[in-house]
Amino acid sequence: MSTISTMTATTAAAPSRYRDRPEAIRALVEPDRVHRDLYIDAEIFALEQEHFFANTWSYVCHESQLKNAGDYVTLEIAGRPLVAVRHDDGSVRVLMNRCAHKGARVVSAPAGNTGKFFRCPYHAWAYDTDGSLRAIPLRSGYDGTRLGECESSKGLVAVRHVESYRGFVFCKLGDAGPGFASYFGASLTSIDNLADRSPEGELEITGGCLRFLHACNWKMFVENLNDTMHPMIVHESSAGTAKAMWKNEPADAPKPMAIEQFVPFVSDYKFFDDMGVRVFANGHSYSGVHFSIHSGYSGVAGYEEAMHAAYGAERSAEIMKVARHNTVYYPSLTIKGAIQSIRVVRPVAVDRTVIESWTFRLKGAPDALLARTITYNRLINSPFSVVGHDDLHAYRAIQKGLHASGNPWVSLQRGFDPGEVGPDEVTAPGTSEISMRNQYRAWLQYMTATMPDGDDGR
Amino acid sequence: MAMTVDSESSPAPGRPKPGCAPSGGSAAAPAASVGALERELIDFVVREARLLDDKRYAEWLDLWTDDGIYWVALAPEQTDGVHHNSHLYEDKLLRALRVERLKSARAYSQQPPSRALHILQTPTVEASDAATQRFVLRTSFHYSEAQGDEIQSFVGTASHHLVREGDSLRLRLKRVDLLNGDAALPAVQLFI
Repeated sequence: MSTISTMTATTAAAPSRYRDRPEAIRALVEPDRVHRDLYIDAEIFALEQEHFFANTWSYVCHESQLKNAGDYVTLEIAGRPLVAVRHDDGSVRVLMNRCAHKGARVVSAPAGNTGKFFRCPYHAWAYDTDGSLRAIPLRSGYDGTRLGECESSKGLVAVRHVESYRGFVFCKLGDAGPGFASYFGASLTSIDNLADRSPEGELEITGGCLRFLHACNWKMFVENLNDTMHPMIVHESSAGTAKAMWKNEPADAPKPMAIEQFVPFVSDYKFFDDMGVRVFANGHSYSGVHFSIHSGYSGVAGYEEAMHAAYGAERSAEIMKVARHNTVYYPSLTIKGAIQSIRVVRPVAVDRTVIESWTFRLKGAPDALLARTITYNRLINSPFSVVGHDDLHAYRAIQKGLHASGNPWVSLQRGFDPGEVGPDEVTAPGTSEISMRNQYRAWLQYMTATMPDGDDGR
Repeated sequence: MAMTVDSESSPAPGRPKPGCAPSGGSAAAPAASVGALERELIDFVVREARLLDDKRYAEWLDLWTDDGIYWVALAPEQTDGVHHNSHLYEDKLLRALRVERLKSARAYSQQPPSRALHILQTPTVEASDAATQRFVLRTSFHYSEAQGDEIQSFVGTASHHLVREGDSLRLRLKRVDLLNGDAALPAVQLFI
C-alpha cells in the first residue's frame, strides 16, 4: 500500500534553470537567433510575467471606452487583475482589481459604470475611482489595531505609470524602464496616422471585440505581424483561392470588398520586399514603409472630401498616402492605421494567448469606412477566419515542433546585418527578419533589467 | 422583440409573432396540410445540418438564395452585421470561398481534416407567412468539431429564415447565436 511518505520522496522540485540566473537568460538570445525556451519553457513565461511585462509599457484600453466618470473596463496584464476607470477629474486611472481587505477582485464585469465609487462585493469596503479608501462598514472595529499602518488602509493599489496618447492608454506596472515618450519614440507616428485619418482627429472604438484563443506562445503571433515571407505560403488556400475565383471576372467588374482585402495577401516576394520594414528601439516596428497590402483599396464616397475640408488638400494627401501594414507597439499592441483596427496580445500561459481584435470609427468619416474595417476584422481576425486558421496552424506547429531534439535554435538570420544592432531606427528591405531580431534585443533587455545580477556559476 | 419573417437583422430569436399560428397555416386550413408544412420546414433545417456534417458542401451551397447571408453573431443583442463585428457574415461569394478552400491541398489547418457533428433540438416554427411563403425557425444545437485528438464543442441557437422559391425552400438568412459568442474562442474551422 502506498504511503504519503513514499509519495513525497518521489516529488523533489525540479531545479530552477532561469530564476536568479540572468546569465542563463542572456545565453538564449543571440544577435541573429533565439533559443526555443523563449517559446516553450514555463519558467521563462513565469519570469516574463514578473519582469518583462512589468518593465515594458502595455496597452490598456482606448479612452473612448471610458466616456463618462465611473466608466471602467477590466483586464489582466502580466497576470495582474486590473481595472481602468475614468476618475471624476477626467483622468484615466489604472488600479489593481484587488480589495485591500482580503484580496477579492472588486469588479468582475468586463466593462460598466461604477458610479462614484467601487464597492467590494464581499464586505463592502468602498473605494474612490482613484483607488483611495472611502469607507469600511463598522470602522470602529479597527480602533486600536494597526490597520492604519498597513497597505490595507491605503485602498486599491494604483498603477503609477499610466499614459494616454491620442486616446490610447498604456501602463507600466513597475518603476524600472524608460518613460512613455522615450519607450515608444518615433514609432508613435503610426498612432498619429490612425487618429489623423479621422477628419476630427479622433477615434471611437466600436463594434465589439473579437477574442480568439491561440494555443501558442504570444511571441509567435507578435513575430508574424511583420513576417512578410509567410502570407503567400500560409494564405495560398484562402487568399489564393479568392484570387483564383475572381480572375475570370471582367477587369472593370466592381470588386467586392472581400476580394479587395484578401487578394493582396498573396502578392509576390518582390512586393513584400519593396514594402520595406522599419524598426525602432525597444522592440517596435512597422512594415509597409513605402506602401502595403492596404494601399490599393478603392476610395469611399465622401471621405476624401471630408478630409480635404478638415486638413486641406496637401495635409490630407500626406495622411492618406501613409498605408502601413502592421505597427507593433512591443509587446502588447499592434495596429493597422489604414484599416482602423488594432489587435491586442494578452498572454495567458506559455502556450496560450488571447488575441483581441477591436475596430474604430473615424469620427467625422462616412459609415462605409467602418463597414470596411468591420469586414477586414471579421475576414482576418475572427476565430472563424480562414486566414486566421492557417496562421494559427503555423504557430501551433512551432509550439509542437520546438520540442524536437538536435537543434534548439530558432533562426532569425534573413537579412541580418551586424550594423543594425544599436541605432534607434533602422529601415530595411521588407523581407528582412530584422523586426524579430529587434524584438528579442528588447525582450532580453527588459527581461533581465530587474533581475538580481546573480552569479550564474554552474 | 417579436420575430417577423421580414426581420433580416433581427436579434436573437424571440417569441412567435402574436396571432401567428406556430405552423403557419390559417385556422381554416386542413390539419394535415398544416402538419405537412411544419414537417417540410423542420426537415429543411435537419437536412441543412446533415449536409454540413456529411461535408456535402456543394449541395449545402445550393440551399441558399442568391442574396442569402450566413451569420454567426458576436453579441446576442446585435442587430447589425455590417457595422458591428461578427464571427461570420458571409454572402454567396464568401461561402463559396470557404468551401473552395477546403478542397485545397494547402489548407494547412485542415491537416488532418476536421469532422463536424450537429446535435439539434427539434426546430420550432417562430414565424410563418403563407402569402409571401417566408418562414423562421429556431433550433437549439450542440455543435462539435473534432480534429486529431482534440474536440471542441459549442452550444447555441440557430434561426433559419426561409423563403419558397419555385418548388424549393431556400435560406435567406441563417443566424447563429453562440451561448458564449463573446468568449475567447478557439478556431472554428468548419460550418456551425
